[in-house]
Amino acid sequence: MLADRWSARLAGLAAALFLALLVLPVASLLLRVPPGVLLERLRSPVVTQALWLSLLTSLASSLAVIVLGLPVAYLLAGRAFPGKRVLETLVDLPMVLPPTVAGVGLLLAFGRMGLVGRVLTPLGMTIPFTTAAVILAQAFVAGPFFVNAARAGFEAVEPQYLRAAATLRSSAGYTFLRVVLPLSVPALLAGAAMTWARALGEFGATITFAGNLPGVTQTMPLAVYIALQSDLEAAVALSAILLVFSFALLLVLRHLPSVTAR
Amino acid sequence: MLSADLHKRLGAFHLDASFSAEPGETLVLVGESGAGKSTILNLLAGLMDPDRGRVALDDTVLYDSERRLSTPAHLRPVGFVFQEYALFPHLSVFENVAFGLRAQRLPDAAVVRSARAVLDQVGIADLAARRPQELSGGQRQRVALARALTVEPRVLLLDEPLAALDLQTRAQVRAELRRRLADLPCITILVTHSPHEALLFGDRIAVVDGGRIVQLGPRDELLRHPRTDYVAQLMGLNFLQGRVVSKEAGGLAVVETGNGLMRVAGPLDEEREVFLVIDPREITLHLTPPSGSAQNVFSGPIVEMVPEPPFGDRVRVVLGTTPPVVAEVTARAVDDLGLREGSHVHASVKATAPRTFR
Repeated sequence: MLADRWSARLAGLAAALFLALLVLPVASLLLRVPPGVLLERLRSPVVTQALWLSLLTSLASSLAVIVLGLPVAYLLAGRAFPGKRVLETLVDLPMVLPPTVAGVGLLLAFGRMGLVGRVLTPLGMTIPFTTAAVILAQAFVAGPFFVNAARAGFEAVEPQYLRAAATLRSSAGYTFLRVVLPLSVPALLAGAAMTWARALGEFGATITFAGNLPGVTQTMPLAVYIALQSDLEAAVALSAILLVFSFALLLVLRHLPSVTAR
Repeated sequence: MLSADLHKRLGAFHLDASFSAEPGETLVLVGESGAGKSTILNLLAGLMDPDRGRVALDDTVLYDSERRLSTPAHLRPVGFVFQEYALFPHLSVFENVAFGLRAQRLPDAAVVRSARAVLDQVGIADLAARRPQELSGGQRQRVALARALTVEPRVLLLDEPLAALDLQTRAQVRAELRRRLADLPCITILVTHSPHEALLFGDRIAVVDGGRIVQLGPRDELLRHPRTDYVAQLMGLNFLQGRVVSKEAGGLAVVETGNGLMRVAGPLDEEREVFLVIDPREITLHLTPPSGSAQNVFSGPIVEMVPEPPFGDRVRVVLGTTPPVVAEVTARAVDDLGLREGSHVHASVKATAPRTFR
């Protein structure tokens, strides 16, 4: 009994410390900035530009990840094939790779002398330090979140439904569209939300591969970093805006699946 | 005609089963869980491939290990009613039933027409807009059957179609399903663990035990001549079919079996078709006509006597009475009465002994 009580206390303490770690920075940010200042900052061109660019690029990269990632998730959810382990590891790699390393890699691939860059440059296309580079960096870093969520969703579909579809003249492709995809909607939405959030917060790969050009590649996280070096108040205000925005996003998307899942 | 020769290893389990089935008949596979019944259905439907064997429907070969031929499940002319029905939870009843037609990319008008026709046929047209979650067990079963029938299968497979139902609805759904299956022109193969259901549904019955068909034959053959102890235990029941012709005092119904009358206790309506199942241990044998409370006494010769293991202390006594019944008595009773094949005996059956099904 005594040991039980002590372990419960220890667990409570650990949980409290963990929550404090989460709450303290968030609370500090919000307490530091009065709502009036927040609204005023929202009107300044640097903020609107960065916010707009963040929104645009994160949506574009999320969409790209969803379209290109779905087949990969389906492949990984299916039966074993040679090289499946390698593919799994490859898909997970961006989650453990430091984002700056990802940026360097992207630079080497798409830069003037890079594997792809070498082909694109003579065609008049340059990717590094453009908005396209921001999207690529975000897609690279955020991709695994969607692929893993979608895969888990596909794997969670009762095999009995797939068998039933097969006895109803349904090919694998038709079964995917009419059974697997609709039944995975909650998982896909959750994965999309995580992907979007990760893309919105992307910093390291972006600054390495896309640079920090206001209006072109300067997304919100970059704007915060730059402001921090000259104007602390501005940095705090920007951070608070991003925080409120992210929180609202998460809240909406967290509740979306339970609404659609019926 | 469907002919199947199936060999499959699943870990330590070996399935070796050969059988055939004709259009219009219901073949029941009966046996305990783990006997391999469901595996047989999966192999027929192409949801699983045998290691070795052949499946053919008339001249169409669906599987042949020697020719390395296996038609994918979605191209086999097979319908499947799954044990838990596996209705698509995100689709309405109508879309569940229409699924097999849409999957074949039939024109919308044809899909709607065919799906409506089957919904009407099964009597669930009024449920078309509902979701499966909003249905009762019996309704789900009808949707599952309708869904399997829309693709006009030449072979209909049903895996324990009544197991997901509670006891109260089971009797009603069973009667309804039996009528529907009897009218179907296709080959029907039904899997069950219940000997009662096997007797009620099966034109022919295959008893499956440990991955093998230990006996396959018409219902009466299995009832009269179980070839193994297992079949005797599983099927060793008297099965009579008849019609209630009159009622007597004390809540008794008189059933004309086509082969003699039987008095049965219970609320049975006149003119009703009934099935009677009597446990052979409920039948007692006498050398002189009994004077007690038994409401049915049949007299006739002993045709055959078979010791009934596993303990060997019981004997199955096949009687040439009208109606013909099988009794099971203790070896001691056989000695006491001096029973031999050919002895003339009186078999008494209480009116409460038969279990009635409709």
